[in-house]
Amino acid sequence: MSNTVSNPIIPSGPKPKKFITIERAIVYSVLGICAVFFLFPLYIMVITSLKDLDGIRYGNIFVPTLHPSLGAWDKALFHACTGLYCQGILPGFWNSCKITGPSVIVSIAVASVTGYSLANWPFKFSEGFFTVLLVSSFIPYVVMLYPLVLITRWLGIYSTLPAVILVHTIFGLPILTLLFRNYFSSLPQELFKAARVDGAGYWRIFFQVFAPMSIPIFTVAVILQVTGIWNDFLFGVIYAGPRNYPMTVQLNNIVNSLEGVKEYNVDMAATILTGIVPLSIYFFSGKYFVRGIAAGAVKG
Amino acid sequence: MSLDRPNPLYRNLSSKIASLPMMLIVLGVFVGGTAWTVLFSFTDIKVLPLFTPSAWIEHYAGLANYQRLFTTDRWMDCPVITKIGTPNWQFSCTGAFPNMVTYAILAITIMISVGFLLAVFMDQKIRLEGMFRTIYLYPFALSFIVTGHVWAWILSPEYGLQAAVRQLGWTSFSFGWIADRQMVMYAIVLAGIWQGSGFVMALMLAGLRGIDDEIWKAAKVDGIPTWRTYLQIILPMMKPVMVTTFVIVASAAVRIYDLVLAITDGGPGLSSDVPTRYIYQNFSANLGQSLSASTVLLVTMAVLLIPWIRMEFGKKG
Repeated sequence: MSNTVSNPIIPSGPKPKKFITIERAIVYSVLGICAVFFLFPLYIMVITSLKDLDGIRYGNIFVPTLHPSLGAWDKALFHACTGLYCQGILPGFWNSCKITGPSVIVSIAVASVTGYSLANWPFKFSEGFFTVLLVSSFIPYVVMLYPLVLITRWLGIYSTLPAVILVHTIFGLPILTLLFRNYFSSLPQELFKAARVDGAGYWRIFFQVFAPMSIPIFTVAVILQVTGIWNDFLFGVIYAGPRNYPMTVQLNNIVNSLEGVKEYNVDMAATILTGIVPLSIYFFSGKYFVRGIAAGAVKG
Repeated sequence: MSLDRPNPLYRNLSSKIASLPMMLIVLGVFVGGTAWTVLFSFTDIKVLPLFTPSAWIEHYAGLANYQRLFTTDRWMDCPVITKIGTPNWQFSCTGAFPNMVTYAILAITIMISVGFLLAVFMDQKIRLEGMFRTIYLYPFALSFIVTGHVWAWILSPEYGLQAAVRQLGWTSFSFGWIADRQMVMYAIVLAGIWQGSGFVMALMLAGLRGIDDEIWKAAKVDGIPTWRTYLQIILPMMKPVMVTTFVIVASAAVRIYDLVLAITDGGPGLSSDVPTRYIYQNFSANLGQSLSASTVLLVTMAVLLIPWIRMEFGKKG
């Protein structure tokens, strides 16, 4: 490609494409319209949460208020009523942290070791167990809700934090095990063999050879689990007990509390607050998030 | 014990011990729990049942629960199958199960079409691809409860979209889906699509990117227009992605609960009730109904899994 002026080129061949063709315009306008559709609820959430009650009653849902205030946010965080007490959604936030933290750690610990066993130390029936585990991940979870109530009751932990942590661990196991098994299978087997020749055993290979190489997959697993567990509603409401209700349950109770006037601005502030944790994980980990859902989706 | 042949039980012992939780969960929860639900759906057991076989025999009630389930209007009511054989025959069902089927059919069809189209548009070597992807996918990071409450607010007839458009002067504008028994499931479908389409798009886009460039070159050489290449060459090649997407979206649709809870909580009346809600609400007073409904859901899911199982396990044979 020559761009010197002293050497004029007589144009030949087809004309270069114009920057904007009709096709391009259609593509961008379709994508743009869809983007507006997807962003619209976020916009509504934010502007509603900044209004006061009069602004909601007499204003237009599309139009942001001229006098934004954080009153609704304050109320949603600290004072909104959930039917039982009026401490806002903050207790729910801490409960969600208490549920999500241990659940993520336990489920990833169990699943990574199981995946490692399946990939590198297979034993009789190990694949069979795994197939059953995988197929069971499609069983609608309502089928196991009552048996799990019985199991947690039998263990004496029903309606406590350990119960909900156990349930999250159980339901996270299939997908995480798959994730780790596939990842460990993709690592070069020579590494594993070399470590064995050098005398390293099961745990030593896991902790000193494989785990340090597996930071990306652990990141994906953490993202998958944190968003999944944070967003859960039903397990929280059934197994955690009223004192440990996670944020999603608290949000639902705040929105549905029947006391006084319905405060949509407070509801929307609480909604944003509930969504903010998974959303920030999503925005800060874009690539890994996509990998996580792709891994969660594309089986075996 | 002879020294030359170690006991095979101790081979890879650490591995077996480490896999013990998985095996316990598979047997105790997934297999055991499911079997328990299915078995006790044939009993008239009420609350806090025992695990023992004798309890099962004692309470065995045959298909009574299923009979009751399918004669319960709240689960399924198909009174109008009229004028069959004539051109304007009608078939209408209401109840939790048909609601779920309506949601599933619409959500699957729309999400897969929208997701595929968006992926095709995204695949046109566009600028700002990352930005568009981020925008389409962020709803998927949210909880159904969050999505539900936002859409309930937007669709609220008093203050939402309807009121806003009326305020602008179009006073006869009507968009009261969530308060309308006939339309309420479409409102839930709308919210579901908003949440899930970006995810389907991401799966489809990964599928499109996985297609060999040679295919595109060959199609170009043969002078096939782009749209026909997509429709007649790429689409058939995407079958595995389509099946996977179908199974994921379908299994999510069968489980639908949180979204309905947040948008309408089954209302108005019971017109947007769904199976999981029915099952959950019957746990305390009417366990037999819950268990039989769960089993029906399980069978539904098994039927939906057939295409995936055929693809996964059929190719080996």
